[in-house]
Amino acid sequence: MNFDIQSLTDTEKITLSLRNLYASYGYRLYRMAKFEEYELYAENKDFLVSQNVITFTDAGGKLMALKPDVTLSIVKSRRDDTGVVDRLYYNENVFRRPKGSQNFKEIMQVGLECIGAVGDRETAEVVTLACKSLDMLGRDFIVDISNLDVVNTCIGLITDVPGERKEILKRIGEKNVHELSAYAESKGVAAELIGQLMELAGLYGAPEDVLPKALDAARRVGASEAYDSLAATVEALRESGYYRNLRIDFSVVGDVTYYNGITLRGFIDGIPECVLTGGRYDGLMERLGKQSKAIGFAVNIDSLERIRVPSAGC
Amino acid sequence: MNEFLNIALPKGRLGEKAYDMFQKAGFPCPEVLNPGRRLILENTDAGVRYFWVKPSDVAIYVERGAADIGVCGKDTLEEQAPDVYELMDLGIGRCRMAVAAPGGFTDDRSRTLRVATKFSNVAENHYRKAGRDIDIIHLNGSVEIAPIIGLADVIVDIVETGTTLRENGLEVIETVFPISARLIANKSGYKFKHEAVRKLLDGLRNAAEDK
Repeated sequence: MNFDIQSLTDTEKITLSLRNLYASYGYRLYRMAKFEEYELYAENKDFLVSQNVITFTDAGGKLMALKPDVTLSIVKSRRDDTGVVDRLYYNENVFRRPKGSQNFKEIMQVGLECIGAVGDRETAEVVTLACKSLDMLGRDFIVDISNLDVVNTCIGLITDVPGERKEILKRIGEKNVHELSAYAESKGVAAELIGQLMELAGLYGAPEDVLPKALDAARRVGASEAYDSLAATVEALRESGYYRNLRIDFSVVGDVTYYNGITLRGFIDGIPECVLTGGRYDGLMERLGKQSKAIGFAVNIDSLERIRVPSAGC
Repeated sequence: MNEFLNIALPKGRLGEKAYDMFQKAGFPCPEVLNPGRRLILENTDAGVRYFWVKPSDVAIYVERGAADIGVCGKDTLEEQAPDVYELMDLGIGRCRMAVAAPGGFTDDRSRTLRVATKFSNVAENHYRKAGRDIDIIHLNGSVEIAPIIGLADVIVDIVETGTTLRENGLEVIETVFPISARLIANKSGYKFKHEAVRKLLDGLRNAAEDK
């Protein structure tokens, strides 16, 4: 076959480079059907980034949907085997309605999922691959890392009412410490607890600066185990060369029903939005009746459209 | 490419007040107050670049990364729900989002409530929480006349002193939320220009404490 790599667009080069990277770590390509039964999304609405879904009725009368998400389909169809680790990667289009738009958009995602007996080694591997994914783009990058269980344990001491948890998580996600304090006070939360939550929500920076400060707050709210797991994951990357790209950020939050443990957000210098999203989602596995653990991430290829790929990157 | 911290200021008195706070916090750019026709002003020594933009556009500039930092009213943040960090309440531009109606108004729950507003999302969210069926009438200005001429039953709008409402025979029947100017940041800019953002935040907090 006569093929000139220069005929590829930059996003195509990025996509192929990511696929090559994941394959080199033993991840297998996972192809899936374009459509999925709508019921899957209706039952797990809060897991979706955009809750609007394109639906249609198929020839058999079943309500179907164009995939708004890939992870749900992979998890649903995978056999529940806690004794092995399944390493899968995908390159799929999803259909979502961007915020503020009346129309749906086809978005290309490349990502990976590590499912089964996921332990510290697999977690460190996935975080390393997230860093490598951004590193190959040839620009400065940052991966925000958090353990959701630290903040969620603290919130659990304040309230277990879903609506109130949502309000608190929203403000933590915005780093909106002033309103977080006012909201907690209005609910009669003890000043000490408010202080601890505000301290965690306000922390941001390199692991060596932030982890010592977080340790105290995590101990006081009873989240030492979650703190230890975060510290161990970060430590595992010390020798990889990506340690300097990590930032501890407890404002990275997620729905406790689906997400737990290590969470990631990736940013590239010059791109205004988050380009990589991922983390542990044992909660989703449980909701779908699976015993296996899982961690993964997705790179939003569309957000990389304005990047010029370095020629050495492919 | 990271030498400047880009700050979007809302045109008008609020932006001038905010600039005064920024220059006291260590980010001066004297030309900002005498820009002539220029909309972009920079001070290389202080590493800061200011843009004067329409107040309702500040959040868009920041969300899309054209500005790293912006000054934006809580009303705009609630209406547009941009994906940004809300780092600080600057405590200026204080007013409130309120529901107002003609004097003596009583809500007839057997009918759909007609609500005139510039803030459709704010109004929808407010009445959804209350379980009230409403008909939104989106207007771009002079919202106060809507109940007087029978276009709407109530309005949802910003109220500062209440003088305009009173002069048009309206009164506040409910406060939706208090408003003030907020310091917002682009999520990516916050990370890649963290030192400068931190310096600005510390400067603003110190200036507030010295008051």
